[in-house]
Amino acid sequence: MSLSESRPGTATRETLPGPSIDFWKHRHVLDLDDFSREETDLVFEIAEGMVEILDRDVKKVPTLRGKTIATMFFEPSTRTRASFELAAKYLGADTISLDATRSSVAKGESLIDSLRTLQALEVDAIIMRHPCSGAPYIAARSLDTSIINAGDGCHAHPSQGLLDIFTMKQQLGDLKDRKVVIVGDIMHSRVARSNIWGTRHYGMKLVLCAPPTLIPHGLPEMLEKYSLNHVTIEHNLDSAIENADIIMSLRLQKERQQSGLISSLREYIQGYQINMSRLAGAKPDVLVMHPGPMNEGTEISPDVAYGTRSLIEQQVTNGVAVRMALLYLIAGGKNR
Amino acid sequence: MKDSSLLIKNARIIDPATDAEETGDILIAEGKISKTGNDISAAGAATIDASGLIASPGFIDLHCHLRQPGYENKETIATGAAAAARGGYTTICCMPNTNPPLDNAGIVNHVRDIASRDAPLVRVLPVGCITGGRAGRELVNMAELASAGCIGFSDDGSPVSDTRIMSLAMENAAVLDLPIIDHCEDINLSQGGHMNDGWVAVRLGLKGIPAAAEEIMVARDIALCELTGARLHVTHMSTAGSTQLVRDAKQRGLKVTCDVTPHNLTLTHERVMKVQDTPRTALAYDTNTRVNPPLRSPADIEALIRGIMDGTIDAIATDHAPHTIEEKLCEFENAISGISGFETAFGVLMSLVHTGSISLKTLLACLTAGPAKILQNGTGTLRPGAHADITLLDTEREWTVDVKDFLSKGRNTPFNGCKLKGLVVATISGGCLSFHHDSLRIS
Repeated sequence: MSLSESRPGTATRETLPGPSIDFWKHRHVLDLDDFSREETDLVFEIAEGMVEILDRDVKKVPTLRGKTIATMFFEPSTRTRASFELAAKYLGADTISLDATRSSVAKGESLIDSLRTLQALEVDAIIMRHPCSGAPYIAARSLDTSIINAGDGCHAHPSQGLLDIFTMKQQLGDLKDRKVVIVGDIMHSRVARSNIWGTRHYGMKLVLCAPPTLIPHGLPEMLEKYSLNHVTIEHNLDSAIENADIIMSLRLQKERQQSGLISSLREYIQGYQINMSRLAGAKPDVLVMHPGPMNEGTEISPDVAYGTRSLIEQQVTNGVAVRMALLYLIAGGKNR
Repeated sequence: MKDSSLLIKNARIIDPATDAEETGDILIAEGKISKTGNDISAAGAATIDASGLIASPGFIDLHCHLRQPGYENKETIATGAAAAARGGYTTICCMPNTNPPLDNAGIVNHVRDIASRDAPLVRVLPVGCITGGRAGRELVNMAELASAGCIGFSDDGSPVSDTRIMSLAMENAAVLDLPIIDHCEDINLSQGGHMNDGWVAVRLGLKGIPAAAEEIMVARDIALCELTGARLHVTHMSTAGSTQLVRDAKQRGLKVTCDVTPHNLTLTHERVMKVQDTPRTALAYDTNTRVNPPLRSPADIEALIRGIMDGTIDAIATDHAPHTIEEKLCEFENAISGISGFETAFGVLMSLVHTGSISLKTLLACLTAGPAKILQNGTGTLRPGAHADITLLDTEREWTVDVKDFLSKGRNTPFNGCKLKGLVVATISGGCLSFHHDSLRIS
C-alpha cells in the first residue's frame, strides 16, 4: 500500500506551479553522488519558487497537506532540524519529531527497530540524522518510507550541500570557472563531502584546504577514482584563497585538539582562521560562508561572520527553501 | 566406522608434504593411513568411490574462534567443529578470546574436555593467552599452558602493545619451542578505525586503519624474534608491506611464519561499499565485510598471492569469527569485526585456482603441509602411518552459499549468495567420516 493513498486531501503538484518533475527518480535523498546536473538544477529551480513563498507574510502553502514528515535525530542538532521542520510546516505537512538521543534508542533499541516503529506510524518521509556514516542507507534498505539524510557521521549532508551551492549560484550566477575554497576539518566533514559531489556539475574549481592531519589519506585517490577533477587539495590557506570567489569555513570541534589532530588552537587559528587580515589577501569581493554552528574566534572571526561579505544568514534562509524543494520532490506530487 | 577399515578408490591423491600427485587408492586402518597405491582391495572395508575427486590431507586451520566458554550465543565447540568438518578441516586451533579467556590450565582443560565430548571427530587445539585476561600486562604461566596442550600463544584481537612484555613472552616461548601467534596491530595507530585506510574509507566517511598499523607490529615482532630466538607466527597478515617484511626475515633465517585469510585474499575494500550486482550509488556499508584486519587494496591482494607463490606465506587460516545477527544488523561503525569462514573457505579459495592465480597443489599446501609444519604434530600428510585425516574435494562442482544452511551459528559472511566452484565432499578424521556431502558414493 502506498502510504499517500491512504490519506485524504493529498495535495498534487497543481498546487505549486513549476517545472516538470517527471524525470525526478529519487525515492530517497541520501547524498549528492547520485544527483545529475538536471536533478540538482531542478531542486534549485523549485527552491527559487520557495524563496518567494518565504518572502510572503503568510508563508504557508497546502502542497503537502495531509502528509506527515518525521524528523528523527540520533545526534543533537538545532538548526538543521528546525530548518527541515519549518520547511515541512510551510508546505502544510504535519511534523513529528523524535529526539532519538533521548528516547528508547538510548536504552539500547536498535536503529532498525526505531525506524520500523516510525514506519508503522505511517509517516510519509523520515528526515534522519545519525552519528554513524551510512545509517540512512541501512534505513533506506530496511523500510518502505522515503529517507532524507540530514547528516550521517562524516559521510554526507546532501541538503546542506544543495543549499550551499544554491547560495553560491544566487550570488555568482553561473559558477563556471569560479573558485570556491572549503577550509577546515575536511576529514570529519560531511558538508565538504557532499559539496564535492554537488559541485562537480558546474565547471567550477573547489579547493579543499586544511592542515595535513585533517585531510584523510585516501582523499586524492578517491578524487581520482571518480574523476572529480574540479577538486584540489591545498594546505596553505593564503595560497588557497588567492582569486577565490567564495571561502567556506568549517566548524572545528574542540575534540580535534584533544586527539592531537591539531597541535594547538592557537596554531590552527594562525594557519586557518578566516579573519579580516586573512581576507586582505583575497579578492576584495570575496564572499564567506559557514554551514554552522560556528565557533566564533576559532575558524572564523566574528567581524567576518557578521560582516558584509558574509552569506551565513542567506545560507540559513536558503536552507529552508532548498529543504522545501526536497520535501516537495520526495513527499509531494506523484505516489511513489 | 571406527576401528574398521576404509578404502578410498580412484582419487586424485595430492599430498603437498611429499610433493606426490597420483591417481590411486588409499587404505585406512585403525585410524591411520595404511597404504596408498593402485588397485588396493580390502575385503570388508567400507569403500568410497572417489573417482573425479581430489584426496588431500585433512585441512588444518591455525586460527579460528569457537566462542565457548562465554559466547555460546555466537558459537559452541560443537557447532564450530561441525562447521569446520564441513569446510574440510580435521584440525583447528582455537583462539583464547573466550570468556573467561584461555589464560590458565584449568580453562584450557575445560575446553579440551568439551571438545573431546562434543567434537570427537575434529582435533581442537587450543591457543593460550600471552597475558592474563589478555590485558597485556602480566605473562601467563606459559609452561603450564603448554603442558595443558596449548600449541602456541596469542592475545589475538588485543595484541600485546608493551614491547618488553612481548619480548619476555618470546623468551619463554622459545624455551617451550612453541610459536607466538601475533595479531599484528599497533592499536594506537589503528584506534577507532573501521576499514582499510584508503579511498573507499573516504568515500564512505569511515575511519581508516592504515597498513602501517600492521606493518609496524610485524617489524617489531621480527626484531624481537631475532632478539629472543623465538618462533614468531604472524597471523592473518593482510598487507603488501607485511609480506615483504616476513620475506626479508625468512631470508635472514629467522624463525618467522605467517598465514593469510581467504577473505583477505579474495575481497578488496571496495566490497565494503558495494554488493555485486547493485548500482554503485547504492552504498552497501555491508557490516559482513567488517573484519580485522580489514579488507585491503587490490595491490595488497596481489602481494599476498605473490607471497603464497614464493613460499613467504606458509598457511591460509580462516580466522573463523562467528557473531550473532544482532551484532551485524547495525551501523557499520557499531558492527563487530569478523567473518564466519569455515564453510566457505575452500570454495572461496578455489576461485584463485580457477583464475590461475595459484595452483591447486600450492593451495592445498597452505591448507595442510604448511600449517602442519608450524604445529609439528605429524598431521598434514597422507604418508603411510600418518593420522587418517583426509579431505575429499570436488574442484569443479558449483554451489551457492546460503547462510541458512550453515552448520556454524555465525551467519556473518560477505559470501552469502555467491556462486562458488569447489566443494568439500567428505572429511575424514582419524579414519572416521566427520562430514560428507549427499553426493558422496560410499558402499
